[in-house]
Amino acid sequence: MQADRIGVLTGVHFIDGDFAAAEGAIAAGCRFAAGYPITPSTEVVERLASRFPFVGGLFIQMEDEIASSIAIQGAVWAGAKAITVSSGPGISLMAEHIGYAAMTETPCVFVNVQRGGPSTGLPTLPGQADVMQARWGSHGDYGIIALCPNSPQEAFDLAVTAFNLAERYRTPVMLLLDECIGHMLEKVVIPPADEIEVVPRKLTEKKPGEYLPYLPGENMVPEMVKAGMGHRFHITGLTHDERGYPVMTAAAQEKLVRRLVDKIRLASRDVALYEGRWLDDAEVVVVSYGITSRVVHRAVEVAREHGAKVGQLRLKTIWPFPEHLIDQVLGGRVRSIVVPELNLGQLVLEVERVVRGRAKVVPIGHAGGTVHEVGVIVEAILEAGK
Amino acid sequence: MTTPVATREHAEGPARAEVPGCEPPENPVTKFLRTDRLPHIWCAGCGIGTSVNCFARAVDACKIPLDRISVVSGIGCTGRVAGYLRLDSFHTTHGRAIPFATGLKLANPELKVVVYSGDGDLTAIGGNHLIHAGRRNVDLTVICVNNFTYGMTGGQVAPTTPLQAVATTTPYGNLEEPFNLCHLADSAGAVYVARWTTYHVRQLQKSITKALQKKGFSFVEVLSPCPTLYGRRNRVGDGLAMERMFKERCVVKNGAATHDTAFDALAPGQIPVGDFVDRDRPAFLQRYNQTMRAQLGDDFMPYGEPEIDARAEADLFAGPEG
Ligand SMILES: Cc1ncc(C[n+]2csc(CCOP(=O)(O)OP(=O)(O)O)c2C)c(N)n1
Ligand code: SF4
Ligand SMILES: [Mg+2]
Repeated sequence: MQADRIGVLTGVHFIDGDFAAAEGAIAAGCRFAAGYPITPSTEVVERLASRFPFVGGLFIQMEDEIASSIAIQGAVWAGAKAITVSSGPGISLMAEHIGYAAMTETPCVFVNVQRGGPSTGLPTLPGQADVMQARWGSHGDYGIIALCPNSPQEAFDLAVTAFNLAERYRTPVMLLLDECIGHMLEKVVIPPADEIEVVPRKLTEKKPGEYLPYLPGENMVPEMVKAGMGHRFHITGLTHDERGYPVMTAAAQEKLVRRLVDKIRLASRDVALYEGRWLDDAEVVVVSYGITSRVVHRAVEVAREHGAKVGQLRLKTIWPFPEHLIDQVLGGRVRSIVVPELNLGQLVLEVERVVRGRAKVVPIGHAGGTVHEVGVIVEAILEAGK
Repeated sequence: MTTPVATREHAEGPARAEVPGCEPPENPVTKFLRTDRLPHIWCAGCGIGTSVNCFARAVDACKIPLDRISVVSGIGCTGRVAGYLRLDSFHTTHGRAIPFATGLKLANPELKVVVYSGDGDLTAIGGNHLIHAGRRNVDLTVICVNNFTYGMTGGQVAPTTPLQAVATTTPYGNLEEPFNLCHLADSAGAVYVARWTTYHVRQLQKSITKALQKKGFSFVEVLSPCPTLYGRRNRVGDGLAMERMFKERCVVKNGAATHDTAFDALAPGQIPVGDFVDRDRPAFLQRYNQTMRAQLGDDFMPYGEPEIDARAEADLFAGPEG
């Protein structure tokens, strides 16, 4: 389906990543947002608060992030597409409800504009240390999708994608910006509405009495419903059967949790968005995401000038971790994979897991607060190529 | 010493075998229940079921179309109410029923949204949401079953536990004075506040009816026996003894100032009950729509176009007299 013309600010803009993410959400059909201010994410909700009244949307500033992260789920079950936005400390407070969304299969989008952590950390400076939190932030086993834009343009594009994937897989989706992308001003082109692909909420057409809110359908995903349709359905965060009724048995747990995890695992190839550069002849590949990929972009060029056979794999989708892309990269003559990130070694653990000794994996940790020096990455590439 | 009591978190039992000739007689409340989920998990003598009975009858009296009511619960013995009602129902997380309900209501203003949960859920972990929803005057009806304890987890101290009462986490007596929940809800800005007990079934049903018809944030406190965990430990006796205590000690004080409605459930003395607050104040969405219209004029597009159907609103609030 194409985006609703109302809400799509078609044209060329000069805006930051936070505003662009907000515009992407609106273009995707999001009409409900709840949030609590926190640097460097606040501009997302400020933009929504000013734009929503013109497009039939509603923003509410809640009393905290716990409330925000569950208010959006109430809105989803009333039929809305909904978003909440925060940064590290607030995302930590939302953790229980990320799990609730996964367990109840509530399609919704959580934006984390990452800053330096842990705790209050560096409120106004970048970090990428929440990538494992994005994957495992709530207790229990579940799958989740997380996307990492590296420009305001992509913050717009991937916000649309985040909503589309949330609907397609009935899952919470994390959109992981960082302070740099969130506050960076760049050209953002918003296409005409009919060029923006939007996945609408697929509400069941079954009659009351026939519909089961957790009967797996296509891709293991059950059909959605909303309050007021006459189905008198039940939703619970307890382990439940296909009717949504609580069942406290190991068998019910196995059936449900395995599906929740497999649903996302099996989607891995379909949701893996990435960009490759100079991968054909590469002996060294730099794997990166978000703001770091822009430093890598330059570092790879410099290393090439120094004669290094180096390529770049930029992940836009970091969860589910695109194992097949790492496998593909290894299919060539790659000897080393360099993984710079603004944390002291998080996504590199996934790379190592997939590589299983087939190549040397070189992490370049950085505790955040700024980005890597280009030279540090160049040096690591040249060293890895020896 | 008290004997430890098993928590009820795992108490979901197998469905009762159907015994021919033992079907319950047709009851006006049956149509509100997910009979395929019975038996329920509540103990004999527990007051939660009684409150559900009153709630169902109140909904019946309001003539709200059942497809348009949603019930939202948190976690606890009371939190299980949502799952037994044959309505759109949401069993959310501990303490967060109110913010979930806020999203549900704002995103579909045509729904009648009821929050049904326990004292611990709504006033300890969820206390912040309670006061802010009251302040905002979100159009919700909150039914708070106050059994003076955390039932589901085995009888720990709650913000409603009387001073010196014994709970598993206050084995030598509770040191903290309890909240007067009606005063709290009133101070936060609720437009309708009432307190009854599970002994006062008719009055409770009437107050829930009024609360459901009220536009804005309404709060009904239901004092309720938890014989298993609170009553037994504090020598109040079984469910029946607690109902008798409610009967003997409650004094109806309709319209009383809520700061005069505090009570000590363990010490002798009056327990004020009644309809305490009934006032009008613009509900959140009313104010939102008015303000945006005033600020933005025709550029304003209310949530959920086409605009909320005034007739639908009207019949949602049709009272027992029509
Ligand atoms: C975040 C979180 N903390 C703690 C719990 C454990 N817990 C479940 S119910 C409950 C208390 C319930 O008390 P109340 O709301 O008074 O309900 P009652 O069982 O008395 O009806 C607690 C502490 C939980 N489920 N989630
Ligand atoms: S533990 Fe208490 S509140 Fe829970 S069902 Fe039993 S009597 Fe009721
Ligand atoms: Mg309680």
